[in-house]
Amino acid sequence: MDKHIKAPISNETALSLSAGDYVYITGTIYTARDAAHLRLSEALDKNEALPISLENNIIYYMGPSPARAGRPIGSAGPTTASRMDKYTPRLLDLGLKGMIGKGKRNEAVIDAIVRNGAVYFAAIGGAGALLSKSIIASEVVAYDDLGTEAIRKLEVENFPVIVVVDAKGNNLYETAVKEIIA
Amino acid sequence: MKTINTSAITQTIKEMCIEANHFLTPDMNQALKTAADSEKSPLGKQILNQLQENLAIAGEDMIPICQDTGMAVIFMEIGQDVHFEGGSLEEAVNEGVRQGYTEGFLRKSVVKDPLIRENTKDNTPAIIHYEITTGEHVKITVAPKGFGSENMSRIFMLKPADGIEGVKSAILTAVKDAGPNACPPMVVGVGIGGTFEKCALMAKKALTRPVNEHSNIPYIKEMEQELLDKINHTGIGPGGLGGTTTALAVNINTYPTHIAGLPVAVNICCHVNRHAVKTL
Repeated sequence: MDKHIKAPISNETALSLSAGDYVYITGTIYTARDAAHLRLSEALDKNEALPISLENNIIYYMGPSPARAGRPIGSAGPTTASRMDKYTPRLLDLGLKGMIGKGKRNEAVIDAIVRNGAVYFAAIGGAGALLSKSIIASEVVAYDDLGTEAIRKLEVENFPVIVVVDAKGNNLYETAVKEIIA
Repeated sequence: MKTINTSAITQTIKEMCIEANHFLTPDMNQALKTAADSEKSPLGKQILNQLQENLAIAGEDMIPICQDTGMAVIFMEIGQDVHFEGGSLEEAVNEGVRQGYTEGFLRKSVVKDPLIRENTKDNTPAIIHYEITTGEHVKITVAPKGFGSENMSRIFMLKPADGIEGVKSAILTAVKDAGPNACPPMVVGVGIGGTFEKCALMAKKALTRPVNEHSNIPYIKEMEQELLDKINHTGIGPGGLGGTTTALAVNINTYPTHIAGLPVAVNICCHVNRHAVKTL
């Protein structure tokens, strides 16, 4: 089913999404990948304040290519989510409501998604040129020294994603493949 | 004997890095078009159509096809009658990568030390494979390799008794484990035989063979076709979201090996299987 949602994402909206829904996101989301997740985790270990609020926000696992003049961003597709699995349950328990990436998540992440009524979306891997067209503004808000791995605040308009793991724990990667080979 | 100034190598590699990251080869374009037509799953078809759209935008607006513009893998096939002047060949290659990734707005994805992980900020060093051939030409292949799929690649040191069925099973295991992480539809490069490092290099090089060409060894050609069919029946599909297009090709290279061994390497590439080839 096609749905249009706003980001940050409300608790009700997150709960209303089902694995397999094709969703268009409009609003503000944040990027973070390997190096930024490590820093967020280290900050939490030291009881330091995080540079971004997690509450009801969506993190996009993405490190863009540089923008050409006059454009908000370069190529901007998802990276493999499982590399962030180690850090994710803790962020979900602190209020993170959605993640956009590609590929499988581990049990601990899926449990944390269910526990917190959150959602994991996939964007199309390797379609960074197309996806960049749905990003209308980009600004580095933390860890500038990490280059492409810095945390960016993105304004997105009808950014296309697919719900892979919903708040009930349904997992499209498992169900879709079974349906094809059935 | 032919003399080549290394500045020509730099210029060529710079242009090839930019080209490879914005345009796929005709065989890859055709394979993706054919897949979009034949895919049975509606969502799979939609994704494959979006990949077509992505390729069109990449070429028209000069936005890299994928934000992971890869680590620059470069094959240098150098004729033994070639003489280089103008300084270090290795530095010339890396300078080409540096200029290509900087001037071409490509992502810098290389860290200087695998554990300390500080970005080199110019995507160098490249991974360079030199091969000495006959003649007086230099054939350069620039194959930027993304790590979503690289991370799902495998080496299996099988036993001779595992035989052809063991080899097929290993390849299928690697593909199934890769699943959605490797950005299917994939291209599967396989090396069978040689030594530990030789089979890995063969697998990498197999990814640069056109996807519409088969091995010229009849039983290997059959194995390529059989494995492609089996992979496309796993149900993984485009983006791993279910479908009949999981791989576009299985390319296998072989080499003599030791009486005690049967090494198999599986190098998986996503649908952005990039390479540019030029002969000087």
